[in-house]
Amino acid sequence: MSATEAGTPLPPRLFQAGRHAARICNACRYCEGLCPVFPAIERRLDFAEADLRYLANLCHDCGACLDACQYAPPHPFGVDVPRTLAAIRRASYRRYAWPARASALFARSGLALLLGAAAAPLLFAVVLGLLTGPDVFLARHSDAAGGFYQIMPHNAMVALFGAVGAYAAVALAVGLLRCWRDLAALPAGGAPAGAPPEAVREALLLPHLGDGDDPGEPHWRRRWHHCTFYGFLLCFAATSVAAFYHNVLGWPAPYPLLSVPALLGSLGGAGLLVGPAGLLWLKLRRPAERHDQAQLGMDIVLLVLLFETSLSGLLLRAWGATGAMGPLLGIHLGAVAGLFLLLPYGKFVHGLYRFLALLRYRMGA
Amino acid sequence: MDPGRTYDVLVAGGGNAALCAALTARAAGASVLLLESAPRHFRGGNSRHTRNLRCMHDGPSDPLTGTYPADEYWDDLQDVTGGRTNEALARMVIAGTAECRKWMAAHGVRFQPSIGGALHLAHTNAFFLGGGKALINAYYRAAARLGVDVVYDAEVRDLRIENGRFEGAVVARNGHAELVPARTFVAAAGGFQANREWLRHAWGASADNFLIRGTPYDTGRVLRALMDGGAATTGDPTQCHAVAIDARAPRFDGGIVTRVDCIPLGIVVNARGERFHDEGEDLWPKRYAVWGRLVARQPDQTAFVIFDARALGRFIPPMLPPVEAPSIRRLAAPLGLEPAALERTVMAYNAAVRPGTFDAATLDDCATAGLTPPKSHWARRIDRAPFYAYPLRPGITFTYLGVQVDERARVIWQDGRPAANVFAAGEIMAGNILGQGYLAGLGMAIGTVFGRKAGEEAARHVRN
Repeated sequence: MSATEAGTPLPPRLFQAGRHAARICNACRYCEGLCPVFPAIERRLDFAEADLRYLANLCHDCGACLDACQYAPPHPFGVDVPRTLAAIRRASYRRYAWPARASALFARSGLALLLGAAAAPLLFAVVLGLLTGPDVFLARHSDAAGGFYQIMPHNAMVALFGAVGAYAAVALAVGLLRCWRDLAALPAGGAPAGAPPEAVREALLLPHLGDGDDPGEPHWRRRWHHCTFYGFLLCFAATSVAAFYHNVLGWPAPYPLLSVPALLGSLGGAGLLVGPAGLLWLKLRRPAERHDQAQLGMDIVLLVLLFETSLSGLLLRAWGATGAMGPLLGIHLGAVAGLFLLLPYGKFVHGLYRFLALLRYRMGA
Repeated sequence: MDPGRTYDVLVAGGGNAALCAALTARAAGASVLLLESAPRHFRGGNSRHTRNLRCMHDGPSDPLTGTYPADEYWDDLQDVTGGRTNEALARMVIAGTAECRKWMAAHGVRFQPSIGGALHLAHTNAFFLGGGKALINAYYRAAARLGVDVVYDAEVRDLRIENGRFEGAVVARNGHAELVPARTFVAAAGGFQANREWLRHAWGASADNFLIRGTPYDTGRVLRALMDGGAATTGDPTQCHAVAIDARAPRFDGGIVTRVDCIPLGIVVNARGERFHDEGEDLWPKRYAVWGRLVARQPDQTAFVIFDARALGRFIPPMLPPVEAPSIRRLAAPLGLEPAALERTVMAYNAAVRPGTFDAATLDDCATAGLTPPKSHWARRIDRAPFYAYPLRPGITFTYLGVQVDERARVIWQDGRPAANVFAAGEIMAGNILGQGYLAGLGMAIGTVFGRKAGEEAARHVRN
C-alpha cells in the first residue's frame, strides 16, 4: 500500500518499527487513559503509513507511556513509542513540506542550521549597515523621529517582510493542506466526539503535554510551552495592531510604552524570552535516549530564533534612542526574517499538524 | 544497603506485594531493606505485566461502576476455585480491596476506567493508568521518598532459620554471597514458574513446551528456602494461572500482548486436527483461564484456534497477525496440520451448527447439535474466506504452590505454629486463596492486601 501512496514513503525500517510498536500497543492497551494516541490505535486492526503519521502527529512526546511500558528497551520487544513516533513525525514534516526541495532542510544537521540561525541576524545587520552607511547606522537616533525608517525605509521594510511573510504563509498553507489530505483519507474508526471545540481546547490547553512520568512533578514543559505559544501570539498581535495604526490610522511607530502594540509586544516578548529558554533548558536536561537526535537541531533552531527575535526586540525598545539602535534593528529584522523563512521547515509546523491530528481524532479517526 | 547493618525488615522480592510490605513497614517507622533479584529495568516481577485490581465496592466508586458486594466477590471466587480456598483469608482480601485504593493513590498509583476490550470488568476491576509497570514505578518512587533501601540484582538464595526464628538471608550480589541479618523477613518473591526444572518435576516433560508469560526471575528460590526451613505448604505444584497464548511468543516475558482471546469466535483443534473442548462453554472472562491447562494436556502441548473473516475485528488482536489462507486446506500446511484432517473437522463442525442469533456479549443461542464436544454458544459456520489461525501454547502466569499463612500474614510452620518473624505476601502465598482457577485482578488484590498486612505485622513485631 505504501508504494502507491503519493509523496515520500517512510523508510522501511521506520515503518516496521512503527507498526511493531503500534501492534503491541493495540494488544496491550494499558496506556489507553494516557492520551489520544492509544485510543486512536485501538480503533485500528493494523497500521498503514498514513495511520502511523497520524499517530505520530497526535503524540506530544511527554514520555509517560515509555515510563509505563512493560516492553520498553531493554525488553526484547524494544517498544519506544515516543522515539519511534518522533522519527515518523519528522518524516511526515518532510513529506508535507513545500516546496519539496526545501523539505531537505528537515534532514540537515542541526549544527549547520544552528549556525545559520545565529549568523543570519548578524549578516543581516552587517548588510544593512553597509547599505545605510556607518554614519547613519551607528548614530544616535531619536525615538520620536521614527529612527527605524532612517535605517531601513518603511516601504523597503514592508516589501521585504511582506514577501517573506507571504512566502511563509503559502508554504505553511500547502503543508497544512497536504497534512489534512493525508488525515482526511483515514478511515473513521470511532464515534465523533466534540470536534472541533474539544480539539481547540486540547490545542490551547495542552492537557497531554506532560513532562514524563511522575504525576507529582509540576508540568514545567506545559508552562514553558504556554509562555512560548501565547508569547508568539501576543507578538503577532502587536505587529498586526502596529501595522493597522501605521497604514490605516496613519500613526507611525514608535508607540508609547502604554499603547496597545507596545503592551502586547512587551508581554509577548517576555513570554518569548522565558518560554523558549525554559523549553531549551528542559530539552538539554532530558536524557539522551529520550531525544530523536535528528530532530534536535530543528527544535533548538526554532527556540533560538524565537529567543533572539524577542531579546533583540526588547533591547530595541530599551536602547532605541542610543547608538546601538541601528545594529539592534538589523539583528532584530534578521532574526524575524530567518524565523519566518524557517517556519515552514522547522519545529513550528508541529503546532499546525498536531492540531489537525487532534481535530481528526475528535472526528472519529 | 549498609554493610553490617541489621535492618528491622528485610523484604525479598520487588513486585507489588514486596513494595506494599516495604512501604507499610517503613511508614510505621521500621528500617527496611528491599532486595530485588532482577536488574532495575526488569524490576517488579509479574506486577510489571498486571493491569488491574479486583475491588469489592458497594456503590459506584471512581473508576468502578455499579456495585461489587463482598458476597458476589466471594461467590465468584468459590466458583473458579471449586471451593479450594481458605475462606477466612479470602474474605480478608475481599474486605481489604474495598479500602486499599485510597492508600494506593496516596502512593502515586493512578486509575483509569476499564480499557477497550475489558468493559466486562468495569464494575469489578480498577485499572491502573499505564498498567502495572506504572504502578511499580510509582511505588519505587514512594519507597525512595520514604527511605526504603532498595538493592537490585540481589537474589535471596537461602534463609537462616533457627528454632523457627528468622536470623538472616544469604544474598547473592555482584558475584558473591553474603549473610544479611534482619529482625524480620517478608517473603514476597513470587512463584516458581520460571524454574523449568521445578515445572518439569510437577508436569513431566510437557513442561518444556510451556511458555512463561512473565518475569524470568521468579525461580522459586525463596519459596524453596522457606519449605526447606520448615514452612507448611499449600496447593498442588501443577496448579497455576495459565492461559492459552500465541505459540510464537518468546519463552519468557511476553505478557499480555501474546494472549489470544478469539477462542469463543472459532474452534480449537489439536495437532491431530481434532477438537477437544467446548469453545463456547461460558463467557470468555470466566473461561479464559481454563485454556492453558486444556492445551497443556494436548499432544505436544499445542493447539490451534481456527476462525474466519467474520471474527476479525471482534477481539483484541494479539501483537502478531494470525496465519492467513484462502481455504481451510491451505491453512493446514503452515500450521503443520494434516489438511484432510482439518478440513474434516471444520466440515463436521459447520454441518452441526444450528441457526441462531449471534451475540458475543451474552450466552447466545448459536450452538451445535449432535457434535462431540459441542460448542454451546457463539457457534457460527467457519466458511467465509480468508481463514485464520493462531497457534497456541500454555502460557503460565504464576504457580500456586506456596507457603501457608495466617490472617496476620505469618508463615505457618509444619507443626502448625505461626512463625514469629517470617511473613509472606503475593504469589508465594496466593495458593492459600487460589487452590485452582483464576479471577482477573485477584493476584494484585492478594498482593496488595497481604503485602500491607505483612509490612504492618513486621513493623509491629520489631516495635514489641
